[in-house]
Amino acid sequence: MSMPSLPRIQHILASGVVAAVGLWVASISYTAQPSEAFLFPRMISTVFVLLALWTFFKAVLGWTKVGNGISARQLVNLAPGLAIALIYIFWAAKAVGFYTAGTAAFFILLTLYDPAPHNALKSWIKRIVITAGYLLVMYGLFAKLLKVYTPREIFF
Amino acid sequence: MKTFAKLFSSLRLKSQDCGKAGRGEESLEFLYYFADVFTPLSFGLLLLGTIGGLILGATPGLSPTMAVALLIPFTFHLPATQGLILLGAAYTSTVAGGAVSAILLKIPGAPANIATTLDGHPMARQGKGAKALQLSFLASAVGGVFGVLLLIFLTPLLSEWALAFGPSHLFWLAILGVTVIGSLDSASVVKGLLSGCIGLWLATIGFDDIMGAQRFIFHPSLGGGINIIAALIGLFAIPQVITMFAKGRQDNSAEVLVVEKHSIRDAIREMMRRPKALTIGTLTGSIIGLIPGVGGQIAGLVAYDQTKKFSSEPERFGRGHSEGVIAAEAANNAMVGPSLVPLLTLSIPGSPTAAVLLGGLLIHGIFPGSDLFDNHPDVAWTFINSMLIGQVLMCIFGLYVAGLAARVAQVPQSVMAAIVLGLAVFGSYSVQSSMGDVYVMASLGVMMYFLERFGFSAAPLVLGLILGPIAEANFIQGSMIANATNGMAPYFLSGALNISLIVIVIASVAYSAWMELRSRRYTSKEEIIG
Repeated sequence: MSMPSLPRIQHILASGVVAAVGLWVASISYTAQPSEAFLFPRMISTVFVLLALWTFFKAVLGWTKVGNGISARQLVNLAPGLAIALIYIFWAAKAVGFYTAGTAAFFILLTLYDPAPHNALKSWIKRIVITAGYLLVMYGLFAKLLKVYTPREIFF
Repeated sequence: MKTFAKLFSSLRLKSQDCGKAGRGEESLEFLYYFADVFTPLSFGLLLLGTIGGLILGATPGLSPTMAVALLIPFTFHLPATQGLILLGAAYTSTVAGGAVSAILLKIPGAPANIATTLDGHPMARQGKGAKALQLSFLASAVGGVFGVLLLIFLTPLLSEWALAFGPSHLFWLAILGVTVIGSLDSASVVKGLLSGCIGLWLATIGFDDIMGAQRFIFHPSLGGGINIIAALIGLFAIPQVITMFAKGRQDNSAEVLVVEKHSIRDAIREMMRRPKALTIGTLTGSIIGLIPGVGGQIAGLVAYDQTKKFSSEPERFGRGHSEGVIAAEAANNAMVGPSLVPLLTLSIPGSPTAAVLLGGLLIHGIFPGSDLFDNHPDVAWTFINSMLIGQVLMCIFGLYVAGLAARVAQVPQSVMAAIVLGLAVFGSYSVQSSMGDVYVMASLGVMMYFLERFGFSAAPLVLGLILGPIAEANFIQGSMIANATNGMAPYFLSGALNISLIVIVIASVAYSAWMELRSRRYTSKEEIIG
């Protein structure tokens, strides 16, 4: 018996997670009290579980035709950007402030994914100018125009 | 502008003098609210939305749905009418703006502009870029105006019909909205429906409205349920950001073709010489727009295909034929107006962008449906009228903004990803000044990126999330009535309207499943031949 391909394993994992969530939703819907409050979730979760199990078994049997999965190359490319975005959202925005964290995240992402060479001074100046422009626009838009009050910044 | 405002104000005064309008006058009720589009704030926002939308639309990777979703937090701080004017203008012009990058860069700004690329880019290569752009904006305006007129005249008729809907019908309508988009908008019917189920489940998170019971609150951020705006931003913007990350340090700058000078009169004459392409594009787009879930991409491609079939010069298609551009652009803009008919009359968004617009209505406490035109005629008609004026503005400004838009379309993906991420974070936070909303936005966005890689779709999930509360409220109300009368089955499963809706639900799922099987069989046959 040949080994299943990477997309097939990914499909099994993804549909397995969806099926597990479906089963969890169904178990809560059928056991939680007051049962009247879970009438609609019971109905949805039944269909949810049936469809999720169908998808899971199709993935196990290798019948899945839709969805290319994620290649190792894509994963390597997206991992640093995603990590920075998540650190920015789940920690830095609150810890150091929206504008400070936002500007830092913007500059790091720009540097990471900019196709311009990293050893040229011109490209660094360009990145700094773009980042400064970004900070000005975001501050003008949200702090001045929309008057959105964000958590206190570490620098101001 | 002031002259317009005075003209339409006098029209409104006249109508008020005449007392309650009769049936014939009711169909012209939209005219009474034209003046509201020309107030400085409304007109300014209409211009801003149109020009901004044209530029955003030309930017590959920024879909109309995502552009409208990112704009919603800004409308939160505006009155309902003006907020909707901004969203409507952005929706209309992003679809048209996508033609700029399709013609000049061979990169469709949105899926709706795929068909435009087929003849638009060869025209630009032949040194007819300006002509192609002029034709695309003129055809978009003609198609768009026709589509909005259809919206104006069909909406009151349908909303009157919608008054006959009871809780069981509204429940089935909500289910229909999810299943139609789930089955038609997804590559896999099962995964589309499953996405819809995930959305319906997410809509139940929070406190139950009737018993006050806690449901699926596994994190304090979810106490108040999932904020629709944060969810919309996360589901449409974050997967795009991660997709841009996944491409790595890629130089995406495409060659922008030089736009030569071309007389607008010649473009108008050229379009008038091609009435068949314009008519087929406009009618195809309008009809497809009325069908929930089908979308602009299909409208453009079907119109292109039909025009080619009926053309006296089919061999010129794909080589820079103006009929191809006219048909595709007339169709994708003609579908915009009709796609809002089910939203404004039955609360059923016909497309993902319409679902985002529904979110925009709900944050202002406006519930579309049968009584929208009775309770908020000013909001509804001013919004629709602004879309009509927006089509004309889009045509005028499109020609001037095209060059700038093409340059914006060349902005590196690294910059675009970082900007969209920043807007998503600030935008979702600004709605309720809540970090919880930012966490929900990010979590749903990351989840959606991975789900999309495995064939799941954001559109049915969003519709499930939006229509979930409508479906549940009507299901509970219906079951109370059913328990007091003949029981659940007779109440929900009998009656002409219930049965018709159930049949449409089943037919849409069966049709999509059949089409999926057929396409696979076709592919495997091709593979055998290959």
